[in-house]
Amino acid sequence: MAANLSDVRQLVRNQKYSAGFITDIEAEKVPPGLSEDVIRLISAKKLEPEWLLEFRLKAYRRWLTMTEPKWAHVQFPPIDYQSISYYSQPKSHLDGPKSLDEVDPKLLETYKKLGIPLKEQEMLAGVQNVAVDVVFDSVSVATTFKKKLAEAGVIFCPLSEAVRERPDLVQKYLGSVVPFADNFYAALNTAVFTEGSFVYIPKGVRCPMELSTYFRINERNTGQFERTLIIAEEGAYVSYLEGCTAPQRDENQLHAAVVELVALDDAQIKYSTVQNWYPGDEEGRGGIYNFVTKRGDCRGARSKISWTQVETGSAITWKYPSCILRGDDSVGEFYSVALTNHRQQADTGTKMIHVGKNTKSTIVSKGISAGRGQQSYRGLVRVLEGADNARNYTQCDSLLIGDQCGAHTFPYTEVRNPSARLEHEATTSKIAEDQLYYCRARGISEEEAVSMIVNGFCKEVFKELPMEFAVEAQKLLQVSLEGAVG
Amino acid sequence: MLNIKDLHATVDGKEILKGLSLTVNAGEVHAIMGPNGSGKSTLAHVLAGREGYSVTAGSVSFDGKDLLTLEPEARACEGVFLGFQYPVEIPGVSNLTLLKAAINARRKYRGGTEIEAGDFLAWIRDRAKIVKIDPKMLSRGVNEGFSGGEKKRNEILQMLILEPRLMILDETDSGLDIDALKVVSDGINTLRSPERATVLVTHYQRLLDYVQPDFVHVLARGRIVKSGGPELARELEEKGYGWLEAA
Repeated sequence: MAANLSDVRQLVRNQKYSAGFITDIEAEKVPPGLSEDVIRLISAKKLEPEWLLEFRLKAYRRWLTMTEPKWAHVQFPPIDYQSISYYSQPKSHLDGPKSLDEVDPKLLETYKKLGIPLKEQEMLAGVQNVAVDVVFDSVSVATTFKKKLAEAGVIFCPLSEAVRERPDLVQKYLGSVVPFADNFYAALNTAVFTEGSFVYIPKGVRCPMELSTYFRINERNTGQFERTLIIAEEGAYVSYLEGCTAPQRDENQLHAAVVELVALDDAQIKYSTVQNWYPGDEEGRGGIYNFVTKRGDCRGARSKISWTQVETGSAITWKYPSCILRGDDSVGEFYSVALTNHRQQADTGTKMIHVGKNTKSTIVSKGISAGRGQQSYRGLVRVLEGADNARNYTQCDSLLIGDQCGAHTFPYTEVRNPSARLEHEATTSKIAEDQLYYCRARGISEEEAVSMIVNGFCKEVFKELPMEFAVEAQKLLQVSLEGAVG
Repeated sequence: MLNIKDLHATVDGKEILKGLSLTVNAGEVHAIMGPNGSGKSTLAHVLAGREGYSVTAGSVSFDGKDLLTLEPEARACEGVFLGFQYPVEIPGVSNLTLLKAAINARRKYRGGTEIEAGDFLAWIRDRAKIVKIDPKMLSRGVNEGFSGGEKKRNEILQMLILEPRLMILDETDSGLDIDALKVVSDGINTLRSPERATVLVTHYQRLLDYVQPDFVHVLARGRIVKSGGPELARELEEKGYGWLEAA
């Protein structure tokens, strides 16, 4: 019952604002800078309950005492947190380009290669007024989807709406996986988050379709400080897709999102991401800093959380989707493809924390570096004292294209239970000149040969993605690697 | 079909081919023999268009087209096939993926459509029989974990599938036992036809017992020093190359 991506595309094209999905953002903009007053203002504008304001302030006060993590293998100039506006009207209508003529031609070229229709191109590029001038389709796909979800008892809405409608659930789970002071960026997010998704799957329900952020198109400017909370009750199942294969134009340089997943007994959450934010130009100018905290809590016995990510965008990626395997017999998985080209830097990996007995984790990380890209895999496998018979399998492979890029691997293991079994495999390979020549001598162009070799390298991860996403991801890698060789 | 005139080529700044001329007509099989370092493999790679092999003088035309101005992939699509002396391994990319991409590249080059999945598999199975390769092996990575003999048979299989018009086989016979040699020869003979031509680069007479050449050339010091019929190969087997090199 997976929602067909082309249906979703159709929806995106035909219709921009569907009543049920609009968030109550007002046309005001808070001046740059962060203070308790700003946080009070954000909270007031969103008509938040007192406990949520207190939660934000607590995080803010702690954030003031924290420093940015320095251990990641990335380099960037200092960020001035007082120069950011923490609450603003989506910038689209006022600041966006007036037509596609004003959009970077390179971006448009990429859209064409990915086969993205014109209206959608305009939306992605943030062209003024596109969102409202598109004819409203009376038979709304979104409404159909929403009805189906409601029948199943699934809640899928903006987090701010959930705060109003289901404060009990939000209060119970928000910050229960990623504590407010977990790390510098998570604390900042907790203090100032304004947008994000909320998903609740009731006991025993298998979500009747794949939930995609495509549905929530009113948030055309991805929140700078997004907050996502997904809860799967006992025996529930949900597959959630985040992102878009098209590079999105975005005014915000710093993105610090937090994603929390909770799986109770026998529940399963599958979370897939395709991240393709603006990576900056060939010399590394511009581009998004993506500092995100993603964590899943396998709170119940026999629960399972699976992260699959394809990361090709952003100038800097700092991201470690993790699993806390608290329930006995719970399972955590991490499948990742990360690509760095030109001057991109990525420090990404995962953490698998084995708490319960007979817990299992699998890590498959594929890193591709081209141009002058720098990439690090950083992964932690921790087995606590009570985690009898914990098993982990880690495979981390790097593929280098050209001789100016870099790949680094930082695996950490902490084992406090002697019955644990950990396996680690790592390889580094290079697309060799003779491999390309061999393909060319069979009639295959160099670019196609590179893409064939890269897809072969990523196969194990792509097969974890929902079908339509996998096809798009392949195409995306091909486009992202253009000009990487030769 | 193939017309090589006064070809000079360098590798890493060193001149290897020094004025080589050769004409190959459709329907003919030419064997190129010669001592190590005489430039046999260089000739094969120059024809296929390998980077780093620079042509400094002379010309090569294929069906009247200037072959040297074409990219390696365009030469392949025009119908030139090089069977590698050392076939390359490409882990993660299955033989089937490579073959399908190669077939479709040719079709695209000629303005055609992609091959149907069913037709593709039927064609592969049919051809695999000739060289006695288990089609299951083709789901594995390109040449990944193949023995030396399997790699050579795989080269011939690719050739049978792609049906080139000019087949250049660079020491395809080296390192083969007698059974494998027969299989490889069968593959070459299968494609032998009045429309196609073959250039066999080889060290030994052995292969020529199974694939009868029309012409035999001896390459020494970067040029052809002697040409003749099949009897020349037998003469070389007896006398070696010394008498020609000294000449």
